[in-house]
Amino acid sequence: MAFLDQLGFLSLSPGMVVMWLIGLSLIYLAITKEYEPLLLLPIGFGILVANLPLTGLMTPGEGLIWRFYHYGVEWEVIPPLIFLGLGAHTDFGPLLSQPRLIFLGAAAQGGVYLTFFAAHAFGFSLEEAAAIGIIGGADGPTTIFLAAQLAPQLLGACAVAAYSYMALVPIIQPPIMRFLTTEQERAIRMKKARKVTPREKLMFPLAATMVIVLLVPASAPLISMFMLGNLFREAKVVERLTETAQNALMNIVTIFLGLSVGATMSAASFLRTDVLFIFALGLVAFAVSTASGLLLAKLMNLFTKDKINPLVGAAGVSAVPMAARVAHKVGAEADRKNYLLMFAMGPNLAGVIGTVIAAGIFLAMLG
Amino acid sequence: MAEDVVAPLAGKVLSVAVGVGDRVEEDDEVLVLEAMKMETVVYAPCDGEVTVIKVKEGDQVEEDDPLATIA
Repeated sequence: MAFLDQLGFLSLSPGMVVMWLIGLSLIYLAITKEYEPLLLLPIGFGILVANLPLTGLMTPGEGLIWRFYHYGVEWEVIPPLIFLGLGAHTDFGPLLSQPRLIFLGAAAQGGVYLTFFAAHAFGFSLEEAAAIGIIGGADGPTTIFLAAQLAPQLLGACAVAAYSYMALVPIIQPPIMRFLTTEQERAIRMKKARKVTPREKLMFPLAATMVIVLLVPASAPLISMFMLGNLFREAKVVERLTETAQNALMNIVTIFLGLSVGATMSAASFLRTDVLFIFALGLVAFAVSTASGLLLAKLMNLFTKDKINPLVGAAGVSAVPMAARVAHKVGAEADRKNYLLMFAMGPNLAGVIGTVIAAGIFLAMLG
Repeated sequence: MAEDVVAPLAGKVLSVAVGVGDRVEEDDEVLVLEAMKMETVVYAPCDGEVTVIKVKEGDQVEEDDPLATIA
């Protein structure tokens, strides 16, 4: 009989089977639709194995994946390392050439704050509301970073919502963008941006680290790693480090991040009505962020001579570079010789920084 | 009047749709650039004959680089 007790089949619950289906659909979407496959594939697999009975993979202090989760995510090691890689990938030139577009990246955090209040009104605690609101920034590592500290019980749901909406940027944003702009506005050609010198690009990560960390010290883990990666890139003397941060290191930590985030999603923690709310509120956050970036661009146009194409405001959400690509494509529908991509990258990059600052503010207030 | 086709943004040349001697009309596709993993089509700025092509597939170009001349 002892052998029978050890059989996983006898400990199955219906909730586990539902979670398998969720895990398998993420794997399916990752492979066939290529929706954020680097993350959703390991997340899907993590969900699957975490919902097989009697494995002990997530047993605190013992389980293999629990260790990945504990030392990687709870200890806040992995999200900052992802940011190191992102920094090494990022060319801040488009942001530096049009500094006024930084405001659009800040405005597009509107959804984060609005949803924070909305989620709290729906009965979530302040900490949980912050983790849900940050989904609106459409920034996976920042969402994981914040949720792990403030609301670890919601981490899996918030992470999957953030990565799903990042993958769905090309579907969610265009209707909002078309609804809030006229054909003429979408066809606005922007004035050529000035050239950014290599020295400016080198100074930026140093100056940005000091200014942002002095203002919002709690954002330091993400911002300092982000800017260090960027300093590697712009210094041009440590190509080996740049290359490792961009590729090998980033790939390694991505494996542990995806697997362990997926494994936090047990049937008991995920199959609750709360989680449906999280997905709904996350979508609202994301839509409001898109709209608020766009509307600020229209507002700025009332006062400026060189008109801004409002579509680049929608790129203020931090899904890089998807949101910038979407702005470019929607713009090209109105005027196919209008090349908005590089203009949209400015608010897009500012949006990443804006979301990290928002997370830092939440941590400072609630952490 | 010869007119240059210039790169609207920095990127890599994915394909060139025209050859020297081809006649093109304004807004015809001249070549495709890849930037940010996205394909961007570059169109002819005017009617005319392609007299020079300065880039080939795989070339990295900067913003405003001349890519071809149409006369």
